[in-house]
Amino acid sequence: MLRYILRRVFYMAITLFIIATITFFLMKLLPGSPLSAENKLSESQQEVILAKYGLDDPIPVQYVNYMVGLVQGDLGISFHFDNTPVTQILLNRMPPSLILGMQALIFGTIAGILFGLIAAIYHNGWLDYTSTIIAVLGTSIPSFVFAGILQWYLATKWEVFPVALWGTYAHTVLPTIALAIFPMATAARFTRTEMLEVLGSDYIMTARAKGVTEPGIIFKHGLRNSLIPLVTVMGPMAVSLMTGTLVIEKIFAVPGIGEQFVSSIEVLDYPTIMGTTLLFSVLFIVIILVIDILYVFIDPRIRLTGGGS
Amino acid sequence: MATNQQKHEPPKELFVPHERKEDTSEKITKPSRSFFQDARRTFFKNKSAVLSIILMIIIIILSIIGPYFNDYKMDGQDLSRAKMPPKVPVIENLPFFGMDGTLTSEFKGDDVEEATQNAVMRYDNNEEFIDIKVLSEGDGSADSAEVSATYNIYEAKEMQDEYFWLGTDQLGRDQWTRIWLGARVSLIIAFVAAAIDLLIGVAYGGISGYYGGRIDDILQRILEILIGIPNLVVIFLLMIILQPGITSIVLALTITGWTGMARIVRGEVLKQKNEEYVLAARTLGQSNGKIIRKHLMPNIAGIIIINTMFTIPNAIFFEAFLSFIGLGIVPPEASLGALVDAGFKVFRLYPYMVFYPAVLISVIMIAFNLIGDGLRDAFDPKMHK
Repeated sequence: MLRYILRRVFYMAITLFIIATITFFLMKLLPGSPLSAENKLSESQQEVILAKYGLDDPIPVQYVNYMVGLVQGDLGISFHFDNTPVTQILLNRMPPSLILGMQALIFGTIAGILFGLIAAIYHNGWLDYTSTIIAVLGTSIPSFVFAGILQWYLATKWEVFPVALWGTYAHTVLPTIALAIFPMATAARFTRTEMLEVLGSDYIMTARAKGVTEPGIIFKHGLRNSLIPLVTVMGPMAVSLMTGTLVIEKIFAVPGIGEQFVSSIEVLDYPTIMGTTLLFSVLFIVIILVIDILYVFIDPRIRLTGGGS
Repeated sequence: MATNQQKHEPPKELFVPHERKEDTSEKITKPSRSFFQDARRTFFKNKSAVLSIILMIIIIILSIIGPYFNDYKMDGQDLSRAKMPPKVPVIENLPFFGMDGTLTSEFKGDDVEEATQNAVMRYDNNEEFIDIKVLSEGDGSADSAEVSATYNIYEAKEMQDEYFWLGTDQLGRDQWTRIWLGARVSLIIAFVAAAIDLLIGVAYGGISGYYGGRIDDILQRILEILIGIPNLVVIFLLMIILQPGITSIVLALTITGWTGMARIVRGEVLKQKNEEYVLAARTLGQSNGKIIRKHLMPNIAGIIIINTMFTIPNAIFFEAFLSFIGLGIVPPEASLGALVDAGFKVFRLYPYMVFYPAVLISVIMIAFNLIGDGLRDAFDPKMHK
């Protein structure tokens, strides 16, 4: 187990190193420099500034400096905000994104499992059809369309929740729902299929035969076994949440990482874009690793070894 | 009564005893169908999938010919006709559809007069073309009175003879034309991306699975590295360095998109290649390429088709997503995502601008997902009846 984790962490480090290297050289390839708009500066003044930020060094030296900084958590300095380190910007932007992401993941999965459970219990009843329709709509309709519907009805028409911005807890409700729809629909679909399969299996019949109560069958025997495969879709789900935050934070004007990224693209603030990209990569890779490890703990049938992939 | 019943009974002479013979009792009563015939039957029994196919055909045809239904061009800007609400002949007389070329909104004020004034100010001060309906008189406190104002913008601009079916955007471009051109761009991106994923994925996975051994080892290590890199990151980086446009979106989507297909095809080929029919083909001296094309491919076609059908909505979503955050299609070109993004900016005042593209993209996504579900059931032998 430990060997497996160590091996995975080692691969993770290599992947991150490759991504960081590619990112750095792409950044150097891009046209424009922090000073291209500053035509009032004389040649010597420009040189002083470039020297101050180490931008006059040869590219390999810059690369080494960048990598050394990266290991220490230094992502460079933003072009757009005066002299603010990118790390600082991202740290400030972290909490709203994390709150939204966690809330959406927790709420979405729980609601989805409930929907799927109800659909499986009342198989082929109207509750089943309703929850299937919800699942199809939830996986198909893009989250920004949902966000629009929520804003239109819950915020501007009925004025239940604030339209946008960040502050009180009420501000988190609409973005959380908009984000949670996709994980909810995925979880509902998955739980329903798994649950139907489990409920049709022999050991459920055994449980019935020996007189286990209906709730006991559904929760103790059925749900527990159908939830294991759900862990496998948690990875893609968390990744889709990361994609979702970009759009949802833009729509609801939430000061999170996604909103920062989108506005950085608009002003071509390359260091911030690259910093955010690296942060996304780290999150992505760590989430996949955590889920792989989690999978082993939940299902004792899977034994991880140092070998195999 | 009794005689009546007797009258309707068929005459006895028509009944001939069934002769039991050796050869008839052995006959199979059900016609034998191939797997694909069974799949087709199951698919066409699925109402939602068939309906989705019909819908998609209509949408595809409209995205080809739709822009030529009127004379407005995709980039035909004219600020004098900016932000015109939808107006369609015949349907304009049916108030339910809201396509009568008027803008309606509610306005608040301390009393009716102030609310009315707010409405008039909002609608270009064209008092004579505004119909005011009082919703609540109010009691003098702040924002207690409410009026509903309907602004007949076509009359105000003396354009009674013009019809913008789905309205116009901020620059006076016809939305009908732009929506179908946008749908065309979105669909082209989706189909091309799915086709490239299919080609590379099937070739890569097929070779890797079929030849096995060292080739498989090398190809799988490369694949593992590619899968380790988050596709979102690759797409972002590519979109930032490339010129925005259809080609770069397709490139960004396919550069990592084919890995999923390659994995599935490899797994399936590994399973199938040890089957007896492959051994038989090899014994008879078939070449490797021919075995892959003629024997393996038809047997894994189902899973490939299903996977491709789910790639398409995924690509449509990603294109819309990229355009929405400003990395995709740039104006004056249109895509569904770009149109939704543009509409969102004036969402409260001109809801029609975001409504139609959002509905269209949702319908396309739902249709493709339902077709995919239908195909998955169709290729599942358990679902054949």
